[in-house]
Amino acid sequence: MIPASFEYRRAGSVDEALALLRQDPDGTKLLAGGHSLLPLMKLRLATPGVLVDVGRIGGLSYVRDAGDHVAIGALTRHRDLETSDVARSEVPLLAHVAGQVGDPQVRHRGTIGGSLAHGDPASDLPAAVLALGGTLVVQGPGGTREVPVDGFFLGFLETALGPDEMLTEIRVRKGAAGWGFQKFNRRAQDWAIVGVAAVVGSDPRVALVNMGSTTVRARGVEEALAAGASPADAAARAAEGLDPPSDLNASTEYRQHLVTVLVRRALEGATTGRG
Amino acid sequence: MSATATEGATRVVGTRMLRREDPALLSGEARFVHDLVVPGALHMAVVRSPFAHARVTGVDLGAARAMPGVVAAFSGADLAGEWAAPMPCAWPVTADMQSPAHYPLAVDEACYVGDGVAVVVATSPAAAADAAAVVDVAYEELPAAVDLEAAASDAAAAHLGAPTNRAYTWELDPDPSAVAAAFAGAAVTVSERYVQQRLVPAAMEPRGVCVVPQPFGGEVTVYSATQIPHILRTMLGMTAGVPEERIRVVAPSVGGGFGSKLDVYAEELLCLALARRLRRPVRWTEERTEAAQATIQGRGQIQEIELAATADGRIQAVRARIVADMGAYLQLVTPGVPLLGAFLYHGVYDVPAYSFSCVGVFTNKTPTDAYRGAGRPEATYAIERAVDTLARTLGQDPAEIRRRNFIGADQFPYASVAGLTFDSGNYEGALDVALGLADYSGLREEQGRRRRTGTRMQLGVGLSCYVEMCGLAPSRVLASLNYVAGGWEAATVRMLPTGKVQVVTGSSPHGQGHETSWSMLVADKLGVAPDDVDVLHSDTAISPFGLDTYGSRSLSVGGTAIVMAADRVIEKARLLAAHQLEVAPEDLEYEGGRFSVRGSASRAAELGALAFAAFVAHDLPEGMEPNLEGSATYDPVNFTFPFGTHVAVVEVDTETGRVELSRYVAVDDCGNQVNPLIVDGQVHGGIAQGVAQALWEEAAYDEAGNLLTTSLADYLVPAASELPSFTLGRTVTPSPSNPLGAKGIGEAGTIASTPAVVNAVVDALAHLGVTSMEMPVTPERVWRAVRGAAGQSQVEQSQIEQSQISTTGGGA
Ligand SMILES: Cc1cc2nc3c(=O)[nH]c(=O)nc-3n(C[C@H](O)[C@H](O)[C@H](O)COP(=O)(O)OP(=O)(O)OC[C@H]3O[C@@H](n4cnc5c(N)ncnc54)[C@H](O)[C@@H]3O)c2cc1C
Repeated sequence: MIPASFEYRRAGSVDEALALLRQDPDGTKLLAGGHSLLPLMKLRLATPGVLVDVGRIGGLSYVRDAGDHVAIGALTRHRDLETSDVARSEVPLLAHVAGQVGDPQVRHRGTIGGSLAHGDPASDLPAAVLALGGTLVVQGPGGTREVPVDGFFLGFLETALGPDEMLTEIRVRKGAAGWGFQKFNRRAQDWAIVGVAAVVGSDPRVALVNMGSTTVRARGVEEALAAGASPADAAARAAEGLDPPSDLNASTEYRQHLVTVLVRRALEGATTGRG
Repeated sequence: MSATATEGATRVVGTRMLRREDPALLSGEARFVHDLVVPGALHMAVVRSPFAHARVTGVDLGAARAMPGVVAAFSGADLAGEWAAPMPCAWPVTADMQSPAHYPLAVDEACYVGDGVAVVVATSPAAAADAAAVVDVAYEELPAAVDLEAAASDAAAAHLGAPTNRAYTWELDPDPSAVAAAFAGAAVTVSERYVQQRLVPAAMEPRGVCVVPQPFGGEVTVYSATQIPHILRTMLGMTAGVPEERIRVVAPSVGGGFGSKLDVYAEELLCLALARRLRRPVRWTEERTEAAQATIQGRGQIQEIELAATADGRIQAVRARIVADMGAYLQLVTPGVPLLGAFLYHGVYDVPAYSFSCVGVFTNKTPTDAYRGAGRPEATYAIERAVDTLARTLGQDPAEIRRRNFIGADQFPYASVAGLTFDSGNYEGALDVALGLADYSGLREEQGRRRRTGTRMQLGVGLSCYVEMCGLAPSRVLASLNYVAGGWEAATVRMLPTGKVQVVTGSSPHGQGHETSWSMLVADKLGVAPDDVDVLHSDTAISPFGLDTYGSRSLSVGGTAIVMAADRVIEKARLLAAHQLEVAPEDLEYEGGRFSVRGSASRAAELGALAFAAFVAHDLPEGMEPNLEGSATYDPVNFTFPFGTHVAVVEVDTETGRVELSRYVAVDDCGNQVNPLIVDGQVHGGIAQGVAQALWEEAAYDEAGNLLTTSLADYLVPAASELPSFTLGRTVTPSPSNPLGAKGIGEAGTIASTPAVVNAVVDALAHLGVTSMEMPVTPERVWRAVRGAAGQSQVEQSQIEQSQISTTGGGA
């Protein structure tokens, strides 16, 4: 529980953070809320030589209505997202999911940017963002680029972010007709054994938590919905093409069953407007 | 300087006084071992085996010694000369018990993942951890005994060269022919198999030790997060070869133990040996992963229980066969844990024939030892689950079948078939109160409604009627069980010149609230306010004699010693008062700190003033020594036998398998209560811990013997969010065995709750054909049970209605 030794640097701006990253991209890690990175370091599963603390960079914690989308600063804490009026009225799925992460301590420290950048398929916010659809704004040595969320999650703890890049803003689409979220765990503060974030309407999107090596979309369900299937019929296809993990909490087979139940419940909630 | 003794005349015993310990604990002012500031202390890190079983063929400490901040590093072989004896096991349950020598560091052979093989001492915890990471140990992996039943049949040897993995076989078979006859003639038999999974005690404060060499006054002070400072001192002396009188053990604030700190651990001995060798303070604080791997674990049994019953459900015989997982070594009382349950497999029922046997088996896993309830939760689980199966087999209501078999309130003191004398009880009384609080008939109606509509949320009601034995005693009975210690407790009560009171107890609290309870007992006795009573404990220099805190013994044994010591103070004060008032001692009446002359109440002497008179010693009766002080050591005449009924209500989602504990009713009887608020707290925590075994917790191992649940993210300790508010009730049946009339309550919640919850889950699904359920009851297990039962349920239902079957093979 004692991390390997490391150097600590605090960045005052995005540019400073990027400059520090550039010195040794592979030996350096950005530190936001620390609630994913520090546990790994304490178990010595991550041993970065340098930590660049971006937590105090000003101006990166916000939730703004930007017309067709809502823009969220990467350093926005889960608690601030959960309680944001803009999020609650324009992207209620996201506000709701932020309130389901871990426990109050975690929600007051963890950031949406850290949650997405970490790329853990067991995390909740990535699924919400994937279901809503949107774009991630990334800054790096070559300037700013926009990455569609559909191309962001590449593998287990692996994203489209380069080692010398920083995620600065998350943009999610407004105007979903209905949404549903289901999180199944054994204790309230735990990660989901399986989770489902669903958005219904003209472009239904269903994203799954902990059903593979990345946050994934339930393509079969989406197809069925687009073709007019009932929630129950669409949900029956939830595990299609997926190879979920087997661990102490659940076997692959059980996850495959659970996801069909949870997708159905999420869709039923979404269509009745109860979330 | 006169004290106002009469003000305290209001009695406090029996009131819900707030715990005086809590402000410091809640505000962070309490000082645990890790908080002690010890200048110049070195930090120890232990290098642990990553293999369940391996030969240690080389330990290269070169790289570690070269790391910055490192002061010294040692292998097991380097320190082999430090030990006067192997680490102690105080409970050799049979004369031929096998016990492989267990030293603080393994030398040639590592026997579980977490077994220490080397230590590093450095100037900071981080430097020690970094250096430990580069110690190069060469291992030759050996076949490991991991699965308990495979180990019992010696599939792989847990210790090289041992003739068998079996540590011992212990039997209690008072009348084998009666048991055989009962089974031969039984109208119904039940045969079940249960697995008691291993549990991690997970005290909030991990273990910690800090050994400080002293320039004068003894040789070393050992600060340890322990439940047993007195036992530890004796055992450290014997094992490390340090004269006992030169060791002082202090347990500062201790953040929970649940039995896991009722032990003598390698790290305590290592810090002691290293501090003496290096002549510097040496300290160590356990990491969470170490707490999972290298602190003892609880439970770990496979149980087979059989009942023989009449057609109307009267139990005629109980036969229990246990395989108990010792882990890799015998810790302080490891082999005795199953014996603490051995007498209780017939539970609260009046059973004429009884047979118990237990095989203790070594495996290459973390040693097991006493964990909250120690033996009694396992026994209670087996009988309470089996009785439910009997009820289902006969188509009877589980409450009704229990009533039919209870030991009657008029049968106490009850001589049990297993050879105990149950002190007092009214089992049906507790059941009635519990069923009333739970609205049992209303629950059954609601359950019927849900079954009829087939809704996905099914309701289950689980009962658990328990009796347990606690306050290990008397000493001569412990001798007959081969337990190498007594069952007494010591106390001193002294009045200070200002009329304030100092109490010294040999019991050693680690969260139970002894300071509050002891001060209440003494306040009532001496007629002072509880705040005027200071309670000193957990330091062998202050309380030289004691047997510490475990097994729900503190109040019934330690509290009785306190009251006896207070009585001695009063008796001495009576002589002084008689001297002052010029009357015979027998002519004085005593109440609330005041002696008055019988028939002439205005002629009186106050205890506070007497204390001052005894202190200045200007005018004492002939031959009286100065000061008012009394000491007592109490060795009880019997165990105490708390009992009660718990009712768990669960809602089970038959689609996902999720179990929600929606209501919980606990009616406990611990005799007279000194502080019902503290009793509530003990029951609350106990229930949470027992429910945790039922629903969440398991120390899971893979086939190679690696512990998989090494963090609190994987080992699911429940939080308040997982538990409903408990409905507590109490009946009061005083124990005749001690003057307080008190019984233990520290473990009752844990003992009762596990079977109540699992019975409730099975009850929720019984109509679907589910008859068994393993712990922990995970959603997946429930889902599989529902899925597996579907289809067969019609057949089984009709069989149950015919009620003539013998069921076999429950748990699986
Ligand atoms: C007890 C506990 C329970 C939890 N439960 C849940 C749960 O139920 N559901 C859930 O979803 N999560 C859960 N979490 C994780 C929590 O939400 C984390 O806060 C979140 O996943 C990571 O955010 P962070 O700000 O803490 O990131 P950090 O830990 O600081 O960083 C995580 C990773 O992202 C990188 N990073 C951070 N910010 C950026 C950025 N702006 N640009 C590029 N890279 C960046 C870091 O370098 C690091 O690799 C839990 C955590 C804990 C400790």
